[in-house]
Amino acid sequence: MTGILIILMSSILVNNFVMVKFLGICPFLGVSKQVETAIGMGLAVTFVMAVASAATYIVQELILIPLGIEYMQTIAFILVIAALVQFVEMVIQKTSPTLYQALGVYLPLITTNCAVLGVAILNIESGYNLLETIFNGVGGALGFTLAIVLFAGIRERLELSSVPKALKGFPIALITAGLMSIAFLGFQGLL
Amino acid sequence: MKFGKIMMNGIFKENPTFRLLIGMCPTLAVTTAAINGLGMGLSTAAVLIGSNAVIALLKDVIPSKIRIPAFVVVIASFVTILGMLLKAYVPALDKSLGLFIPLIVVNCIILARAESFASKNGVISSIADGLGMGLGFTLALTILASIRELLGAGSIFAISIMGSAYEPAIIMILPPGAFLTLGLLLGLINKLTEKTQ
Repeated sequence: MTGILIILMSSILVNNFVMVKFLGICPFLGVSKQVETAIGMGLAVTFVMAVASAATYIVQELILIPLGIEYMQTIAFILVIAALVQFVEMVIQKTSPTLYQALGVYLPLITTNCAVLGVAILNIESGYNLLETIFNGVGGALGFTLAIVLFAGIRERLELSSVPKALKGFPIALITAGLMSIAFLGFQGLL
Repeated sequence: MKFGKIMMNGIFKENPTFRLLIGMCPTLAVTTAAINGLGMGLSTAAVLIGSNAVIALLKDVIPSKIRIPAFVVVIASFVTILGMLLKAYVPALDKSLGLFIPLIVVNCIILARAESFASKNGVISSIADGLGMGLGFTLALTILASIRELLGAGSIFAISIMGSAYEPAIIMILPPGAFLTLGLLLGLINKLTEKTQ
């Protein structure tokens, strides 16, 4: 139990996917202009990462290792993730139209979110079992959600302040992310 | 000279990092030392040239409805080949780039060029585009990594520049340094191009 708690804390705070490991930067910079959309993106990513972690683990253990084709990992995982995202999109559309309305636009984008493929490969590299894999996926995704929601909050305020013309938009967003990243370095000694 | 023109477009006018702002994950993650930036840039360029060429060849065979999965498989195949080559011939670089080698698959630059260029143009033009975009990315990564290595370790390509009296600013090679350097660099480029316009 403590092992799982350590994995969770580590993936949410100490090794935050966005601020420390640089996974999922594209949606982090792209979909962080408003807190509301940031929360939607965070939820969608959390859901997909939890399911993708479990699915890729099963593919690795039941297909790739028995057949001795571990070198096909990258190709197999990206196809599993792409199929999964498509499937999740269809299920949500059928079962909960309201949730689909809220997440709709972000779901297809998740296939190319490197945090999803990244966590799948990291799970295998770290030698986690199925339960640890799922918790690492959920923790990583919650870390992503935490970072993107905080960042969106700062960016909303940034809109109202006067920024030098050359730094408007992306440059000031990156500098803000840098300052946030310094704050996340403070968690380094936690575990 | 169409080939040269398409290539130059990728390096300067539509530089993927400084102009289009895509492929940010590897840009920020691996630029802790100039050699890593160069290695990552060249690896991405190799995959991009290969995938652009194959996709341009297959563009009439692939049905448009399933083109994205088909592109992803082509790209993933090249990434797998590249990963094996790096492991065999430059294990040190493979180790320092680590996770970001398989993650070249989800680098938006490659899929974006497949979709917006290779699937509409001939093989030769697509190779030129791959070469230009790849070199543009390599150039951007090497510049960024050199600045970070110079400030964070006092050297470029592991050659000491600042001398032994220099106190390295470790923060530059830690994660915050990546965000700060790229942010300030983009600001500087905006400032410079704003005057010429």
